[in-house]
Amino acid sequence: MKKIILAALLLIALGAYAWWNSVSSSKIIALSPFPSTPTPTTQSTSTNSPTPVVATTAGTYKDGTYTGSTADAFYGPLQVQILIQGGRLTDVTFLQYPSDQAHSQEVSSYALPILRSEAIAAQSAQVNTVSGATQSSGAFVQSLSSALTQAS
Amino acid sequence: MRQSRLIMGMPITVEVVSDSSRAEDAINKVFKYFTAVDERFSTYKYTSEVMQINRKEIQKQQWSKEMQEVFSLAQKTHQETGGYFNIQRPDGSIDPSGVVKGWAIRNAADLLRNLGYRDFFIDAGGDIQSSGHNNQENPWSVGIRNPFQTEEIVKVLYPRGHGVATSGTYVRGQHIYNPHAPTEAILDPVSLTIIGPDVCEADRFATGAFAMGKQGMMFIESLKGFEGYSIDTEGIATMTSGFEAYTTL
Repeated sequence: MKKIILAALLLIALGAYAWWNSVSSSKIIALSPFPSTPTPTTQSTSTNSPTPVVATTAGTYKDGTYTGSTADAFYGPLQVQILIQGGRLTDVTFLQYPSDQAHSQEVSSYALPILRSEAIAAQSAQVNTVSGATQSSGAFVQSLSSALTQAS
Repeated sequence: MRQSRLIMGMPITVEVVSDSSRAEDAINKVFKYFTAVDERFSTYKYTSEVMQINRKEIQKQQWSKEMQEVFSLAQKTHQETGGYFNIQRPDGSIDPSGVVKGWAIRNAADLLRNLGYRDFFIDAGGDIQSSGHNNQENPWSVGIRNPFQTEEIVKVLYPRGHGVATSGTYVRGQHIYNPHAPTEAILDPVSLTIIGPDVCEADRFATGAFAMGKQGMMFIESLKGFEGYSIDTEGIATMTSGFEAYTTL
């Protein structure tokens, strides 16, 4: 009898753990800093690169991989690479990431940096002021378009 | 005392914990400063220094001290964000708007400090520098606007002297696709809020990281002294590991 109760308790505990695990893991997402397949640094031709299945309009950018210059980020060198497929920006990869200083090492020591996520919900609290994007998106459009100058 | 004006095409609010007429003078000095910044850096005013530069009427060695400062700050940000932040347009002209706002708010905060004020905040178009305490002697609180319901807030922050800036857009379409799963759209942020050492730092990295799309949060995670809260098209927010420290009173 004791064994049956013990087994039942164990099952309940396991079930609860599995449930809790599925609930809590859904709140955590992991972002991969690097794609699983390395992209070549040389410019590829559009014929051998896979075309996205999504409906595409005539692209504004030349297909290929474009490597940005190495820049000094706060904590080390940073270099990005963008991938244009079917005329669209399809991927942004960090080729170099700050890794030589204490803080960066702390971040890099995780296999994958884990960023917590949640569904947004309205708050009723009173605040002194509010931060939000200004309606004009001119600066952003410009910033992105200039980053893509190489590809056009 | 709290006052708002529309300058540089955006609402600017200044609150100083003091009701003296001296405080009112100080707030007016802040507005006057923003107006002067607009005169110099506006890309809409024919007579501004930026427009003179873009018409090639003045050479780099004739630039004002302020213009040189803003330009070098923009270049620094360009490097630190791997080219994502850029004030140079494809046609060769410059538009420093992306760096001027945060820079001007920081200078305006210094102006108030130099006049002896410790408890105040300055909010220019949703980018905020706060200092000290509010009139209830609590730390200043800053709400993060819901990008889908602009009258709602979805988070309350207590920046405690740090700067807060939000980049975002409501017109940005879904145009980034994952080559490894092309039918699945990458959920781009529609709103990215950055907490940084001051509003100038927060603003320039908010702009740069926003242009990086989903990778922007990874970039912010790698920067010491910066935290971020990003909201994607599905209303899912992602935050950096140290962000929550700013959500408790």
